[in-house]
Amino acid sequence: MDMLQIVSLGIVASLLVVVVKEQKPSFAFFLILLTGITIFVIVIEYITEIIGLIEYLGVKANVNGMYIETILQIIGIAYIAEFGAHMVRDAGLSSVAAKIELAGKVLILVLAVPILKAVIETIIGFIPA
Amino acid sequence: MLGDASILFQIAGIGIVVAMIHTILKQMGKEEYAQFASLVGFIIVLIFVIDGISDLFQQIKSVFLFRG
Repeated sequence: MDMLQIVSLGIVASLLVVVVKEQKPSFAFFLILLTGITIFVIVIEYITEIIGLIEYLGVKANVNGMYIETILQIIGIAYIAEFGAHMVRDAGLSSVAAKIELAGKVLILVLAVPILKAVIETIIGFIPA
Repeated sequence: MLGDASILFQIAGIGIVVAMIHTILKQMGKEEYAQFASLVGFIIVLIFVIDGISDLFQQIKSVFLFRG
């Protein structure tokens, strides 16, 4: 049961952080960082399965591979930005965290540009010249 | 290396030991050695964390189809 494992990992980590924080706050921060990384690594294995399903569906539905790839990259950017922003916010730099989130949004928009272009071209195609 | 809690205990242990060394060296009046010990402990833990981060980023790259 992986859920129990993750929850117990979090509890153990928080106990250790409580112990270490009084003596060395920087080590406590590293503990927090590594806990986040560990949980993310456990979760990402399951994300792989889900993504396999999405790709399978895309192939079955004859969707252009480029679109699915773009969507997966967008999901990846969202996950990474979220993770990084949380970590930086834990370190107490919420303004930097806000910038990371902003960067994530901008990069997602940049990745979506080809799709938006395709949509606009399709719409223009509908309009009789 | 990832997927178990042993690394967390390792880091917490290093933190406690380094804090102890720091305190003892400070009591002995060797301020600069105390700082140095703290710095070494910090770097050791930093190496653990960087290892984990690079592992995570590699995995994210392979899962979410980032090429190059």
